Amino acid sequence: MAVIHVDVVCATEEIYSGEAKCVFAPATMGEIGVYPMHVPLISTLKPGEVRVETENGVESIFVSGGIIEVQPDTVTIFSDTAIRASDLDESKALEAKKRAEEAMSSSQTEQDISTTQAALAESMMQLQMISKMRGKKR
Amino acid sequence: MAVGKEIRTQIASIKNTQKITSAMEMVAASKMKKAQDRMLASRPYAEKILNVIGHLTHANSEFKHPYMTASSDNTRVGIIVISSDRGLCGGLNTNLFRSLLKDIAAWQSDKVEVELCTIGKKATSFFKNTGLKINAVLTDIGDKPQFDDLLGTIKVMLDRYDAGEIDQIRIAYNKFGGTMTQVPTVKQIVPMEVTEEKSKDHHWDYIYEPDAESALSALLVRYIEAIVYQGIVENIACEQSSRMIAMHSATENAGDMIDELELIYNKARQAAITQEISEIVAGAAAV
Repeated sequence: MAVIHVDVVCATEEIYSGEAKCVFAPATMGEIGVYPMHVPLISTLKPGEVRVETENGVESIFVSGGIIEVQPDTVTIFSDTAIRASDLDESKALEAKKRAEEAMSSSQTEQDISTTQAALAESMMQLQMISKMRGKKR
Repeated sequence: MAVGKEIRTQIASIKNTQKITSAMEMVAASKMKKAQDRMLASRPYAEKILNVIGHLTHANSEFKHPYMTASSDNTRVGIIVISSDRGLCGGLNTNLFRSLLKDIAAWQSDKVEVELCTIGKKATSFFKNTGLKINAVLTDIGDKPQFDDLLGTIKVMLDRYDAGEIDQIRIAYNKFGGTMTQVPTVKQIVPMEVTEEKSKDHHWDYIYEPDAESALSALLVRYIEAIVYQGIVENIACEQSSRMIAMHSATENAGDMIDELELIYNKARQAAITQEISEIVAGAAAV
């Protein structure tokens, strides 16, 4: 009997990898079932359950959205680890920009303090070295 | 005995420093192991997406996504610089910044403008003083970078690319090449450098749902995020291994200094004893 290779991955780890009889995934246009020799397909996924039917039973994996790629002999599901929404992403982008502006404008930031501390430590070390070398000369 | 009191306190303080550095070495070693695991765990995702993109270049798609087609002119480059949040990790950040500054100087002499997006405190404070434009900043990523945190930062760069304000996006980070080697790397992520080696004998294309543009965008954005995430995780592994090495040599140096000071101390003590004896002997002879 024909089988397809199924990989379910998310950005931080590999969730499932193995052979299966068929796979069901929650595509954005509606749930799809994929059997071996399916035509190539790329679709986005909505949050839902991915069911992988194997010889030994059904494996069920929850995805919070993502992408499915189907080739005749393989199925790859990219599961999202982060929750996505266009307005949420937008606000995050704005935050990143704001941080950039703050970093550019403020002269006295935490980072400056840490660099000054590093410089201080360096000159302390130099002083120590100098005094050590003087001690040797004597 | 009054002699050598200063030397003794100095030895004590160096011993304390040595304890700290050796503790930091051990902490870094265990964190490095975890960071390496995380790095390996995140590899399949990026590799699988790359596979799909490989398929895409073979497919005869009627739709070409802007991330996959190189723009004709190159007048502005956006660089995502990944650095560590904390110092005491040897020359890790400095080496990266130095090699990046060389590239930036080369671009600027070619009249290519450069703008940055910095990840990590070290890059932020370093590039702030170079006068280059910084579009987005991400700091305090910690040892376990969260995917959510990246999205905003990457979106800023992608938005600028979409709007045609930058023609290229590159990423600068330290590539993990084993415990002893960290390789400063600058590589191009957008537009993707696709190799057009396709055989024209089979004409096929994907079925795209809901449509080619949104499916491809979703895929490519995830690919870029995966690359940046991978870069950050690798950089953290580099940071820990670099810190481990730096702290190891610091501990060794402290040991050398202690040996040296102990020698000086013993000499001084011996000299004092000899002097005392000769004084007693001289005193006894005088009586």
